[in-house]
Amino acid sequence: MKFLAKHFGKAWMVLVYAFLYLPLLFMIVFSFNSTRQDARFTGFSLRWYEALTRDSKIVEGFFLSLKVATVTGLLSATLGTFAAFVLVRYQRFFGRTLFSGMVNAPLVMPEVVIGLSLLLLMVGAQNLLGWPERGMLTIILGHTLMGMAYAMVVVQSRLLEMDRSIEEAAMDLGARPYQVFFLVTLPNIFQAILAAFLLSFTLSFDDVVISEFLSGPGVNTLPQVIFGYARRGINPTIYAAATLLIATVTIVIVSYSVWVARQTRRREREIAAATRAELAAIGR
Amino acid sequence: MHRLLRLLGREFVIGVPFSWLAFFFFLPFLILAYISFVDMGNDIHPFKPLWDSATGVVNLKYENYVSIFRAEGGALFDTLYLESYGRSIKYAFATATLCLAIGYPFAYFLARASAHLRPALLMMVMLPFWTSFLLRVYAWKGILADQGLLNQLLLALGLIAEPIQMLYTDVSMLVGMSYVYLPFMVLPLYANLVKLDYSLLEAAYDLGATPWKAFWLVTVPLSKAGIIAGFMLVFIPALGEFVIPSLLGGPENLMIGRVVWDEMFTANNWPRASALAVVMIGAIVVPLALYYRHRGQAEAQH
Repeated sequence: MKFLAKHFGKAWMVLVYAFLYLPLLFMIVFSFNSTRQDARFTGFSLRWYEALTRDSKIVEGFFLSLKVATVTGLLSATLGTFAAFVLVRYQRFFGRTLFSGMVNAPLVMPEVVIGLSLLLLMVGAQNLLGWPERGMLTIILGHTLMGMAYAMVVVQSRLLEMDRSIEEAAMDLGARPYQVFFLVTLPNIFQAILAAFLLSFTLSFDDVVISEFLSGPGVNTLPQVIFGYARRGINPTIYAAATLLIATVTIVIVSYSVWVARQTRRREREIAAATRAELAAIGR
Repeated sequence: MHRLLRLLGREFVIGVPFSWLAFFFFLPFLILAYISFVDMGNDIHPFKPLWDSATGVVNLKYENYVSIFRAEGGALFDTLYLESYGRSIKYAFATATLCLAIGYPFAYFLARASAHLRPALLMMVMLPFWTSFLLRVYAWKGILADQGLLNQLLLALGLIAEPIQMLYTDVSMLVGMSYVYLPFMVLPLYANLVKLDYSLLEAAYDLGATPWKAFWLVTVPLSKAGIIAGFMLVFIPALGEFVIPSLLGGPENLMIGRVVWDEMFTANNWPRASALAVVMIGAIVVPLALYYRHRGQAEAQH
């Protein structure tokens, strides 16, 4: 019974991982296929990668998405850090309930509702002020609304577990509040802010629904272009795009994890060294 | 002076995200609610005032909501809108259930894996989540198609005589949706199960419980919070799903997100689309409110 249970566990995990990775492997393998054939590998070729670089819609969409996601990531990480700071540090102010509701709501609101209501705002503003034109700016605004909520959650959890006594120590030693923030708090939560940037960048780079609502004519992000192709049928060019994306994401995530692990180890070493030095100073 | 600066700093820190959200979240929502009451009529201007400027009479158009529940000349509750709401709830529920069935054993074994392996195993769950959601859904199209990988495989193995249709049916919808939302189920379950106090299980064994019985009487009840959290995390976003039905579903798998889209851009009926969206928010707020109440009660008990 116990033997069976042990192997059932391993088998189940292998199956679930296979399920999670099957679509990724499928796209990687068939991006190198020599024909449009869907389920048979007819030979190795790079023709879909070549087709990818020659597809002006995809290339333009890629650069637009890159711009949108970068600005979204920066804006979301900044606003999310502000919001997390407010929620963690300011327990009482006018409208706190409304505030925490508004920050968290985009996490549960369907993207369709967010997209629709923002579109109505933009159209209304355009009727009233003649601005903004639907396009990159409006897409960034929509993405940031969502990205900020996720960024807030990431930074909030780091702020909550942070040891506040080091801030108090800095204050006791005469640091001004802004000095405390920039010299003590910010370095402490920097890892989380970077994670928040990566998360909101990824969400923006991947979003279809909000972009579909808020983009104007001729302005199409990469996911919008892919979504258009995808509805029409099988296209190995998309597999090639996917393969490049998977490679990029894997490299970024793995290097981020290695960096975090190294930082953690360094901090542990420093703490250990400091403790040893202190013990030596006491003379034990 | 310093005091004043500090106070201003505080106002600034609160003010920046607050006004951003008020302007880009709260205001659009008010406009949405407003337009859902506009009688667009023939002049196709959804921003027209709800009140008559000459007489001052407020004229709310409830028909946008009524038509959701009753088609013109039809019976009550017999509309395409309600059907697609119902279908959305059905798919969201089925997806959450499937994710629980796949994800619970997975999270359980993940939590019991050796401690130095766990971070890597967990990262492997998250990695697909970081690569494009759209592309991963699209891949299933190639796998499940009539001439797709899975059918070819089953044919080659002699398990089926001719390709079975999986794409554009409930099968492709549920495979796609549970695939996408599985990590949302696994992570809260894992977080819960990894904290499980094993001495409680040992106590159960000492008192003569079989592993199976101990699992159902100790582990499962203790992980109830994780199960409910995971269920909500899957159910809520699945309800408003737009991309998966567009790529993997046929005309019979229409979900409410797509209906709102069509009403907005195909039928050009902005008030109706807004009313549908408002009802959609309701469909999400109700289970969420129940969840928070339950959690509040559970926390109060401790």
